[in-house]
Amino acid sequence: MAETGNLEPRALSTRYMAWYRFTRNPAAVIGGIMVVTVVLAAILAPVIAPYPDHAGAVVDFRSRHGPPDLTHLLGTDKVGRDILSRMVFGFRVSLLLVVGVLGVAVPVGATLGLLAGYFSGLTERIITGFTNVMLAIPPLVMALAIGNVLEPNLVNAMLAITLLWWTWHTRLVYRVSKSIAAEDYIEAARMAGASHWHILTREILPNCISVISVKTTLDAAFVILFGATLSFLGLGVKPPTPDLGSMVADGRQFLPEKWWEVLAPGFAIFYATLGFNLLGDGLRDMFDVEA
Amino acid sequence: MHTSSLDAMVRRLIGFAGVMLVLSLMIFVLARVVPGDPARIALGPSATQEQVDAMRLEMGLDDPILVQYVNYISGAVRGDFGRSLISGKSVSSEILELLPATLELVLVTVLLMVVISVPLGVVTARYRNSWIDNTGRFFSIIGVTMPSFLFAILLQLVAANFFPSWPILGRINYTLSVPDGPTGLLLVDSIAHGRLDVFGSALQHLLFPALALAMAGIGQVTRITRSAMIEHQRRDHVLTLKSFGVPDRVIIFRYLLKLSSIAPLTIMGLEFASLIGNAFVVELVFSWGGFASYGLESILQKDLNAVMAVVLVSGFFFIVANLIIDVILLLIDPRLRLKEAN
Repeated sequence: MAETGNLEPRALSTRYMAWYRFTRNPAAVIGGIMVVTVVLAAILAPVIAPYPDHAGAVVDFRSRHGPPDLTHLLGTDKVGRDILSRMVFGFRVSLLLVVGVLGVAVPVGATLGLLAGYFSGLTERIITGFTNVMLAIPPLVMALAIGNVLEPNLVNAMLAITLLWWTWHTRLVYRVSKSIAAEDYIEAARMAGASHWHILTREILPNCISVISVKTTLDAAFVILFGATLSFLGLGVKPPTPDLGSMVADGRQFLPEKWWEVLAPGFAIFYATLGFNLLGDGLRDMFDVEA
Repeated sequence: MHTSSLDAMVRRLIGFAGVMLVLSLMIFVLARVVPGDPARIALGPSATQEQVDAMRLEMGLDDPILVQYVNYISGAVRGDFGRSLISGKSVSSEILELLPATLELVLVTVLLMVVISVPLGVVTARYRNSWIDNTGRFFSIIGVTMPSFLFAILLQLVAANFFPSWPILGRINYTLSVPDGPTGLLLVDSIAHGRLDVFGSALQHLLFPALALAMAGIGQVTRITRSAMIEHQRRDHVLTLKSFGVPDRVIIFRYLLKLSSIAPLTIMGLEFASLIGNAFVVELVFSWGGFASYGLESILQKDLNAVMAVVLVSGFFFIVANLIIDVILLLIDPRLRLKEAN
């Protein structure tokens, strides 16, 4: 109340304060840097990979199972391909998956959850019923079913994961919006003549934002994880496309001696998922003043 | 109040049956759309066309799909999922034999999750932004983000290098004779037969797989518990309690924890799906030989009868787990009960 007068500096300072909070949070900054390096590596893969042609079906048996050294910083795999090069190209697959899946799944899922929680009755029953059915399908088997009908490749993996992913947002937002819809102030808003649209977007949605954003943040990481798990089990992209999950699966046969063939791609996945998580956490602190 | 809760339960059970019905329909149609003749898969590539035709007739594959579905469902509700296309044995007896291994693993995993993550969530929220909080958050982020296959492999590598005598494969030391029944859960059966050696060995074998399986859930639940506790700390009624001089301990355990358990419980129900999924990975890495291993094998071999059964059984367990969580939520959240009554 005391600081009246010129409003402009305050508007600026709110934004500045948010940025300030972000930069003062070391975990967030580190996460941001990690994500940027992953994205850059994926985009610049043909330029920065020491052996760009090793992303394909190259065979060099003379240097197979080579431990990390100066010519191959992370060693070579069972047919002598440079693991670092394949890792960098593997990030491309992971990121494509994230963009494809979340671009569709989050808006669709959250909207359905909001509607189901607020409108009781038929809307709620149809949406939750359908969501329950979809959620009752173990993701891996769904991915397989689609992979079997079509064929295991990136687009079909994307399709399979998207078909399952929106349900998570629907369930979560539904529970939150349902318990908020039971609050007195919603009743009050309705009696004051507020429209459904107003209540949904102005009263309930803002209360769900923290949950949605936390979830979406984690999601980028989870999609990468899920994709990697699929290919680890042998249901992902087709060889010779470099994919982090299948690289781990391939290397596992040669444990514990050839540990680099597992640890390099394994930690590459971990690096990407950790980066997205830390960044997301930081963004949440940045937007939400006290949490 | 009690009758309305009962009504709510009955309604959920009806919904449960409906979900299973739709799920079975979807899986059945998907399995029939898959290219590849189940009869051909069962008989192998060397069988003649006449043999395949005879098999198709025996399996009822030439009937209208609706008739096939009704036949399948009427068998499935009695626990008959047909025969495996690969082994020729009854799918349900194969699954029943392997289910206890996975059930034991999952139960221990859930126990680990609750025992570790709830206290961690409470403590990190209570000492927010202290070193305790930062350490807890660090570990829960690692838990959330590390692929379970990487964690499982790391555990194995550590054991192989530093604790060579610690078991990293299978359910039990193969030199021990496993007591017969009654549950198939080694921890329970060994106690029932007074076999402490079996109990110890089973527990040793369980630790790493259960940790690997619990890790993702621990990170997730800790995180959600923490943020829910923090969110509710700012609510008016909590401030009122504080201003009346109610001790922090009472506020946290009697009021905040109950209110803040809604979000983590929801998450745990959902986590159960990824738990089933991760069980495929963990059982593979640790050669666990349970239901999930069976599922993965039948998927890769395109054993359609087994795949359908695996999907239905996993779906069944997932729904039951969420049903239990719904009951708990109804019990602790009067607002939901009230809404249910209207």
